[in-house]
Amino acid sequence: MKNEVLTVQEQNHSEINKRRQFLKLSGMAIVGSGLLIACSKDDNSNPPNTPGVFDLGPGNLGILNYAFALEQLEAEFYTQVIAGSYWAGAPANEKQILKDIYNHEIIHREFFKTAISAAVSADLVLPTLEFDFSSVDFSSRASVLGTSKVLEDTGVSAYNGAGKLIDVSDAAGVVYLTVAGKIVSVEARHSSAIRNLLNPGSMDFAGDDILIGLLGGAKSFDKATPPADVLAAVVATGFVVTPFTANNLPTS
Amino acid sequence: MNFIKLLDTLSNKELLSKEGSRRDSFDQFKSLGSKIALASIPFGLAATSSKAKAATKSMNSASFMADNTDVLNFALTLEYLERSFYQQGLAASGLIPASDQAVFATISGHEDAHVEFLLTALGADAVAEPTFDFTGSNAGLNLNPFGDYPTFMALAQGFEDTGVRAYKGQAGALANDNDLLTYALQIHSVEARHASQVRRMRGEKGWITQSQNTLPGAFAAIYGGATPESNTVQGGVNLSGLFSQYGGADAVTEAFDEPLTMDEVLAIGGIFIVG
Repeated sequence: MKNEVLTVQEQNHSEINKRRQFLKLSGMAIVGSGLLIACSKDDNSNPPNTPGVFDLGPGNLGILNYAFALEQLEAEFYTQVIAGSYWAGAPANEKQILKDIYNHEIIHREFFKTAISAAVSADLVLPTLEFDFSSVDFSSRASVLGTSKVLEDTGVSAYNGAGKLIDVSDAAGVVYLTVAGKIVSVEARHSSAIRNLLNPGSMDFAGDDILIGLLGGAKSFDKATPPADVLAAVVATGFVVTPFTANNLPTS
Repeated sequence: MNFIKLLDTLSNKELLSKEGSRRDSFDQFKSLGSKIALASIPFGLAATSSKAKAATKSMNSASFMADNTDVLNFALTLEYLERSFYQQGLAASGLIPASDQAVFATISGHEDAHVEFLLTALGADAVAEPTFDFTGSNAGLNLNPFGDYPTFMALAQGFEDTGVRAYKGQAGALANDNDLLTYALQIHSVEARHASQVRRMRGEKGWITQSQNTLPGAFAAIYGGATPESNTVQGGVNLSGLFSQYGGADAVTEAFDEPLTMDEVLAIGGIFIVG
């Protein structure tokens, strides 16, 4: 199992590299990002928070802010998709799929904002992030759908990886785990739809390029990626402008 | 009804307290060289005395509490059902058009692998494969899924959407074991990819709007239940009415998939389990 875990992590890293490569191929420049990533391996050695830079926070709060950050990223991406010329001229079927996903991601974003704001004081809620999608060509089907695929697959593996990090020792934690489960399958439904638009009738809706095998079996599982790796991949896109840190997220 | 037998099997406490069979399942993991799994897989329950376990059981005796072995066997039963369904569909000559073969071969391969994975995880505790009758005769139906492609597609959608809701419903029960919870989530989202694909092949949206059921009426429960797909309350917040510019309540229900309880799933699966 030790080896298995390492293998999975290596696969994740190589996927991140593939993703970088993919983003380059799609004409998206990899630019520096203000996002500061310093996920700790050890709760006792967390680096001090940077003054003036928001930290996602510890425990369940940190996980909720982490999910909120990903949903902000997705919601803003689809907001620009809907405002772009590819969407305006897309076939009805594709327009409907992207409009639906846009609606869902806005709803996810606002849900997290509401839920976190109800639980903690305003200074602990991740602020509205600024994004830079200038590397995406919103007039290009390949650029829009290619970026959508990466974001949805990232969302799936991020929620799958975060599930075990949610502290369920109180009732609220159980609710958070349940809600994460309710959202992750919708992200997977999105990914399946986008992937089928890119390669209709193929196996890509749940393709070997994204799935992994476990315990020596065939590729039939989605990934479960730790927050540090997800955030590193997000940094690599250059989409996030507002700096924030993830110094206190649980890692086990 | 025969699916009661399945419930009995799942809740058979004698079976669950077989220390010897648990040791066998440990051996399974050992043979894979998986020391981490050995330490953290929930069969680690066996490391505690059966007295401790009995005490836990009796504390929960007011209502049947599924332990992790029960949950895995529940998942295995669903995966057996899906595996059998797709294998028969792919074997039925002339059923699946060439243009859809790749999709169903892919789904079938995943269900095979899920069965193998759960068999490995459960070892000697694994339940045997039930006998399935996909005509639905248990519920007085006379379906012909392996001779009629629209029926095959409809059942495929029903099984995938049920699978998504079934795994989701067990997340809380598996939260005591990080590895198992993660494995279950990793299968859960693949079932959702399948469901989205089959739904769209049937001309549906890939996501579930309200509790709309376009399958035979007998399967309305797939979209209903104690927390129906039409639910709009998330984390105590009623989201209905908040998103009129963003697809309204329909989009709110699409944006969140809902769980089914074990009993609700077994009632659906029981339509096809004859022994």
